[in-house]
Amino acid sequence: MFSEELEKISWDETTERINAKTDADVRRALAKEHCDVEDFMALVSPAAAPYLEIMARLSRKYTEERFGKTISMFIPLYLTNSCTNSCVYCGFHISNPMRRTILTEEEIVNEYKAIKKLAPFENLLMVTGENPAKAGVPYLARALDLAKPYFSNLKIEVMPLKAEEYAELKGHGMNGVICFQETYNKAHYNIYHPRGMKSKFEWRLNGFDRMGQAGVHSIGMGVLIGLEKEWRTDVTMMACHLRYLQKHYWRTKYSVNFPRMRPSENGGFQPNVVMSDRELAQVTFAMRIFDHDVDISYSTRESAAFRDHMATLGVTTMSAESKTEPGGYFTYPQALEQFHVSDERTAAEVEAALRRVGREPVWKDWDASFDLKSYA
Amino acid sequence: MEKLVIAGREFSSRLFLGTGKFNSNALMAKAIEASGTEMVTVAMKRVELEDKEDDLLTHVVRPGIQLLPNTSGVRNAEEAVFAAQMAREAFGTNWLKLEIHPDPRYLLPDSTETLKATEELVKLGFVVLPYCQADPTLCKHLEEAGAATVMPLGAPIGTNKGLQTRDFLRIIIEQANVPVVVDAGIGAPSHAAEAMEMGASACLVNTAIAVAGDPVAMAAAFKQAVEAGRMAYEAGLGLQAESMVAEASSPLTAFLNE
Repeated sequence: MFSEELEKISWDETTERINAKTDADVRRALAKEHCDVEDFMALVSPAAAPYLEIMARLSRKYTEERFGKTISMFIPLYLTNSCTNSCVYCGFHISNPMRRTILTEEEIVNEYKAIKKLAPFENLLMVTGENPAKAGVPYLARALDLAKPYFSNLKIEVMPLKAEEYAELKGHGMNGVICFQETYNKAHYNIYHPRGMKSKFEWRLNGFDRMGQAGVHSIGMGVLIGLEKEWRTDVTMMACHLRYLQKHYWRTKYSVNFPRMRPSENGGFQPNVVMSDRELAQVTFAMRIFDHDVDISYSTRESAAFRDHMATLGVTTMSAESKTEPGGYFTYPQALEQFHVSDERTAAEVEAALRRVGREPVWKDWDASFDLKSYA
Repeated sequence: MEKLVIAGREFSSRLFLGTGKFNSNALMAKAIEASGTEMVTVAMKRVELEDKEDDLLTHVVRPGIQLLPNTSGVRNAEEAVFAAQMAREAFGTNWLKLEIHPDPRYLLPDSTETLKATEELVKLGFVVLPYCQADPTLCKHLEEAGAATVMPLGAPIGTNKGLQTRDFLRIIIEQANVPVVVDAGIGAPSHAAEAMEMGASACLVNTAIAVAGDPVAMAAAFKQAVEAGRMAYEAGLGLQAESMVAEASSPLTAFLNE
């Protein structure tokens, strides 16, 4: 389990090592075709800032070698905003006096149909809060069953489950799981996640091992940039986690996300650090140089202009026309969203913009028939 | 230098030696000594299993040297499992270099039979070090079957051609949770150093030492090469690409200045 590995990696020492990286360390990393975590630390360090253009060039080269000039498209569907957790930064926080919705079967199908009218989406990401009593594994299984006629690739972004629950959902056509650790700083984790199941750091952290043990085909990881001031340390620990998972669950495909929080205008949780576009670009390039094969995903949190540029420089997966509230496509178009969407273009507009920068949007890159037989 | 650990046993030397092809057993013993090796593989087919005074064996057995019987000569998993049990009895060790090459010409390892035999031998309590193709997927299967190491080939055995499989060895090393020992094809100390620089855990050398003009001196040269390669790997190579010069113009990242 990765929790045992993480025990061996000190947060403070890692931070010091990153900040001590030199120009020579960066140049050495750039010259290597295959980087290790030490090199990744150099590439995300302040010492790498002057090398951003070279990093962009390398990142584009490696991305084109592995993925060609394509961007895989997906769309999220929030099934419920009901949640028993109290994450201090999240709109679905249990104490937030908001109307809670758990989509009914009929509403779910209406959402599927509405999504299919937007664009030929085949990759669907189903998202829930954490309410296992009302929207647990049987509910997800049903939603997956209902999705099969409409989508060929189904992923979930839900609370961490048991290995046997992941295996069960695979039987209902679930091909991938996305889960953000949010932060690898165990000492601070409970400041952000004080109560509920999500307050259990190890349960969440080792969820990735359980996914691997269940033979989940695709695993998505992420740290929430804005929690820890030392985001470089957080992304480095995610890089360690990625390498660990790749070694242990080598049949699985991995993706990484760097969701960043922006200052809240309505007086809610204020991020402890705001990452600039330049810094996000640096982390993205560093991740690509570190791992030529990992999917790098940008959501509509990011602006249209930034996404269009980054689409040719390392990013391989994007969402479009996302609604981050349950039923947002058809049933409840006005409900409270989990986070603010920055790129508000339609999927057709995103598609056209990607073509303008020389990228082919790929809607379907999986077939449901592959999920019939599974490893375990 | 970090110690190598295989199945709980520590090794200070990361050079393993084969024992075929020397023109005398006395010379072989000197080469073993000069190499500093702590693991020597012996083909059980070459040893008189009943004979405690077997000439080959008496030249190999030394304190501090792990004897690694190999199954060279067997052609399938069934023969290998049988031979392994004979070897365990005769050599008094459950360590085994598993070699299955049905093809007598190139002696290329049979992947399917090797995997099958590894699964069975692990169940029978052997410490299995399988000689195998430089096939990353096969190596993961062998690891999952319980192999103590994987021993992918650098080039066809005896060819001294070096790391012809380097791109695959690199992937194997990256993915492995068990030590990776590059076996076969290493013809010069520089090849061994290269494998070690890439992060291989150890090298197994036979022909290059046995058929050298001076096998004892060559064994010493390999000792140094393996140590140098490992030290370089642990130190972190200071590669510098010529083209990595910062440029004033920034066509790809100019948008970040807007």
